[in-house]
Amino acid sequence: MRWRPLEIVFWLATLLPFALTPNYLVLASQIAITALFALSLDLILGYAGIVSLGHAAYFGFGSYTAGLIAKWGWGEPLTGLVVAAAAAGVLGYLTSFIIARFRHLALIMITLGIGLLLAEAANSASWLTGGADGLQGVRMWKLFGVCEFDLWGTTAYSYSLAVLFLLFLVARRLINSPFGLALRGIRENALRMPAIGAPSPAHIRKIYTIAAVLAGAAGALLAQTTETVSLETLSFGRSADVLVILILGGAGRLYGGLLGAIIYMVARDQFSGINPQYWYFWIGTLLIAVVIFLPNGILGGLARLAPALTIPGKRKSEASAP
Amino acid sequence: MTAPALATKNLQKRFGSLVVARDVELSLPHGARYALIGPNGAGKTTLINLITGMLAPDDGQIFLAGDEITALKPEARVKRGLIRTFQINTLFPRLSALEAVTLAVCERRGYAGTWWNKLPAYGDAIDEAHGILRALRLAASATRPTHELAYGQQRLLEIALALAGRPKVLLLDEPAAGVPREESAELFTVIADLSREIAVLFVEHDMNVVFRFANRIIVMVGGRILVEGAPQEIAADPRVREVYLGGARHG
Repeated sequence: MRWRPLEIVFWLATLLPFALTPNYLVLASQIAITALFALSLDLILGYAGIVSLGHAAYFGFGSYTAGLIAKWGWGEPLTGLVVAAAAAGVLGYLTSFIIARFRHLALIMITLGIGLLLAEAANSASWLTGGADGLQGVRMWKLFGVCEFDLWGTTAYSYSLAVLFLLFLVARRLINSPFGLALRGIRENALRMPAIGAPSPAHIRKIYTIAAVLAGAAGALLAQTTETVSLETLSFGRSADVLVILILGGAGRLYGGLLGAIIYMVARDQFSGINPQYWYFWIGTLLIAVVIFLPNGILGGLARLAPALTIPGKRKSEASAP
Repeated sequence: MTAPALATKNLQKRFGSLVVARDVELSLPHGARYALIGPNGAGKTTLINLITGMLAPDDGQIFLAGDEITALKPEARVKRGLIRTFQINTLFPRLSALEAVTLAVCERRGYAGTWWNKLPAYGDAIDEAHGILRALRLAASATRPTHELAYGQQRLLEIALALAGRPKVLLLDEPAAGVPREESAELFTVIADLSREIAVLFVEHDMNVVFRFANRIIVMVGGRILVEGAPQEIAADPRVREVYLGGARHG
């Protein structure tokens, strides 16, 4: 798929924080991590129609894996990231066998159950995870042996952004592939899929595993850039937040989760500075307004205003190519 | 003598005390054009669901070209060339007609699990999908989302999706359901023009269409096959006339 000008502008704009808001690079790195997590959810929810209320399970699992590797003496970021993402992928693959058998409300309950189960397991295994105090003693080595994870977040943001961009390229390739078309088929009509010879459960297992790898990578980035892991990484709140972010931004549009993460995180940073206890009041209001007035999310609303904004893989897409 | 394209033996299915399939035995030769008729609730759609594996029979066997397929999953039966369409449009509303048919072609060719190559790299699949749509006179609307297509076009797309799987046996569940009478003849012309390699079993209520396009007719009542025969025999059969209360007139 050819890159649209707006996509190039978007990715160039992600470099602006270095120049314009150098005091907010820590926030920027958190946004990049959340965006990667939302992208992961978009692959299963936006493309394959798999609703999840427990996606933090894979984020948190990746987070704890990366944290523990560093705590146990291997603080090299890149290998830690790969191992943590792979570990989350294994967890995703194992759970995908349950996921692929259910849809709709049952699926929401099962993903919720998996999320709660893992959060409680981490809580009770405090000898391993540090429990409610969080995982302490995570010390990262310098990235490439050069860049230290400093207080200003320069390394954190560069690192998170680079990983986000690389995995975004993978996701972008995936949704424009024959497999991506099959996922949209599952989303559009799961009943018809077996009648055209499609092994939907196998497709679902595959995308769920890939999404778990991405979520695990996001979790690992958080552990490595903050040098701590808390139970919050596995919490229901995080699963719900990422769902809200994706719906706000626009599911099934690849950039929806990214845009949602930017809006949500910046708004939270600003609002909670003014009035922390009312933060969710405004998010609730925003969510209701978006669902009522922009059923396809903010990006969907923008796309309706300007056709140039439509993202490849969404509408008149790949199949129309010669 | 080769095995029939499709055969069932002693097929049984009940929902509680309601018997929806009782000792169903049918045999569809290669290249057949069979009509399956019967009053509402006779079990026609249930029989299609049983044959295609969307329902599991309580007893009995299903054979495709002599091979038993009773235990196979629906998608595995499709891979072997046993393909159906649906009475109520069962399409992909926000995929274009071309995307939907390309998807079906990709599934058949085994491309659909590939996530590291772009779709345009599979020009052969896209070309094949285009060819199918052209043959069904849908080429002009190929890039429009399915939900924007006219109803009659959506009925054709049902058939296009089935053809993308290269069927050897095609089960058409009321292909012209909801289509005005004058258009349904056109739709059946498409079906009649299908390759003679494909054995076709279609469910249809319009007796004019049935007698015109079927070379053999199976009549189902209450989950069992009442009678099977050539159109003239069926038309003359007093039991069939009774079932249809004299409604089975034809020209």
